Amino acid sequence: MNHLVILPILIPLIAGASLLLVYRYKTGRQRSISVTSTLLLTVLGGWALFTAGSGEHLLYHPGNWPAPFGIVLVLDRLSALMLALTAGLALFCVLYACRGIDRQGAHFHALFQFQLAGINGAFLTGDLFNLFVFFEVLLIASYALLLHGGGRARSRAGLHYVIINLVGSALFLMALGILYGLTGTLNMADLAIAIANTGDGDRALLTGASMLLLVVFGIKAAILPLLFWLPRAYSAASAPVAALFAIMTKVGIYAIIRVFLLVFGLGDSPANATAWAWIWPLALLTLALGGVGVLGSASLRTKTAYLVIVSVGTLLATLSFMTTTSLAAALFYLIHSTCMTAVFFLLADLVGRHREQGYDGFTGISPVAHRWLLGTLFLVAAVSLAGLPPFSGFVSKLWILQATTGEDLGFWLWAVLLAASLLTITAVSRAGSSWFWKPGELSAPAEPLDRSCFALVWLMTGVSIVLSLLAEPVGQYLLLTAEQLHAPEHYVQAVLPEAFSHYLSQLQETAP
Amino acid sequence: MELQFSLALGVLTTCGVYLLLRARTFSVILGLTLLSHAVNLFLFSTGRLTTGAPPIVGLVAESADPLPQALVLTAIVISFAMTAFVVVLALKAAVELRNDHVDGEDPDEDRL
Repeated sequence: MNHLVILPILIPLIAGASLLLVYRYKTGRQRSISVTSTLLLTVLGGWALFTAGSGEHLLYHPGNWPAPFGIVLVLDRLSALMLALTAGLALFCVLYACRGIDRQGAHFHALFQFQLAGINGAFLTGDLFNLFVFFEVLLIASYALLLHGGGRARSRAGLHYVIINLVGSALFLMALGILYGLTGTLNMADLAIAIANTGDGDRALLTGASMLLLVVFGIKAAILPLLFWLPRAYSAASAPVAALFAIMTKVGIYAIIRVFLLVFGLGDSPANATAWAWIWPLALLTLALGGVGVLGSASLRTKTAYLVIVSVGTLLATLSFMTTTSLAAALFYLIHSTCMTAVFFLLADLVGRHREQGYDGFTGISPVAHRWLLGTLFLVAAVSLAGLPPFSGFVSKLWILQATTGEDLGFWLWAVLLAASLLTITAVSRAGSSWFWKPGELSAPAEPLDRSCFALVWLMTGVSIVLSLLAEPVGQYLLLTAEQLHAPEHYVQAVLPEAFSHYLSQLQETAP
Repeated sequence: MELQFSLALGVLTTCGVYLLLRARTFSVILGLTLLSHAVNLFLFSTGRLTTGAPPIVGLVAESADPLPQALVLTAIVISFAMTAFVVVLALKAAVELRNDHVDGEDPDEDRL
């Protein structure tokens, strides 16, 4: 048993708890704890990517209880990828927050670390009830983080966010109850076997449970009928929090991939068919609505929130083709879109702080200080986001389009994705030109540019360039990840070798 | 027993959903509470309904399933904490927005 597997949960938990203890100390000390913990997580993320790259499933049994009786943590390629992505994103967010936003309210760093513990736990766990618990951990931290800094807009958005997620939790428990009542287990691998063995009589109940789970993850991921909380919540949150929230919708997508490809995905006629049939049209509609929202929003933060919705729609629509290449292309787009939406949340704050009036709104005309520096940054970020070469947006969209060419429904994805991209380009270029090309003199001498924040946002945009330069090795890794996800047998075999061999022998008995 | 149990669950869920759809935060929170009660009872019942059976193997011929009880305990703790949080949040929002509507806008006041 490799104890490093549980560290991505333990480090932020311990850091968060000790941050509560040193609450009265100077901010600098709190910041150093928080940054150190996030740095360690980044190193662990790199280790996880390297270790899981061998294709093996790394197991960890807390308390040494064997699965399926105890909880099991499983590190495979997808978990490693998500861990590394979260850690990298969190490092940028926490450094950006250290430039002053963390002092706008109490306990920012502690909440941030608890949020990371919840997210990492959700990526690692191999038990469905444990997934619920980690969802609650990350949610309760995110409730408080969303309210960080106070203000009317945040209270209002926070109330909606909290209530809809509480309803989601209730539905999650109902689905878990149905699954436990049917199968008597909640371990994902064990559930996969039990669901593959379920008779026709219980099939309807099983589909019901899977659809309930889809609703729950749909709330987290923001799929069409369940996304209306998102623009208000994300645009009300302070910049580093909103940037971290860019990974939160991806937690929902991770859960959809994990549950519908593994738990409901084993056997010859898997029980996930109904769910995928629903995901495809809903994802397309989400994408279309996101495109319209991007064009119609009145501030850069709201625009970015709709860009998050566009990314969710694109991801799920690509996922629902269920081929290895489309899954790999979707994962590449996941990395790209998480980074770029986070960049835009930070950029909205950076530009907003250097405008005389109106923060990041588009309605008022107000000159921007340091127009050349901020304008160039905005241009580069916008080009990457919109999917123009030479940045990762181009590579990821091209790969998605290539992966769906031969499919029957590929035409629809092409049409909606390209239309949404056009709307995005229009909206972002309109925003940039209205901010940076309107001549206007500053009424007072400009405040100096916040160099650290500026450099941080440049670095994050640089990730996009690096990603497009390394597209070949990253793509290979993601293809292997997709292959691993499409072979849930290996996961089950790794977690429960005995139960799996029993399942195989049963299959062979019934086959002839 | 099954019929009574499912009737109770149904009534709790119906009331919960009805209250959840109201326009003021207090009834919404009450609705959430009722819904979480229903969910907890439902989780409890997934170990099958038995009477007089301790959740320990070997004491009696037919023991109760301990796992749903553990799950319910976790769920109760979480829903209790969440309810406390949402009550405080609703109070904060009511003070800051000067009304207790879930949208943060009082339709009667805004019409004037």
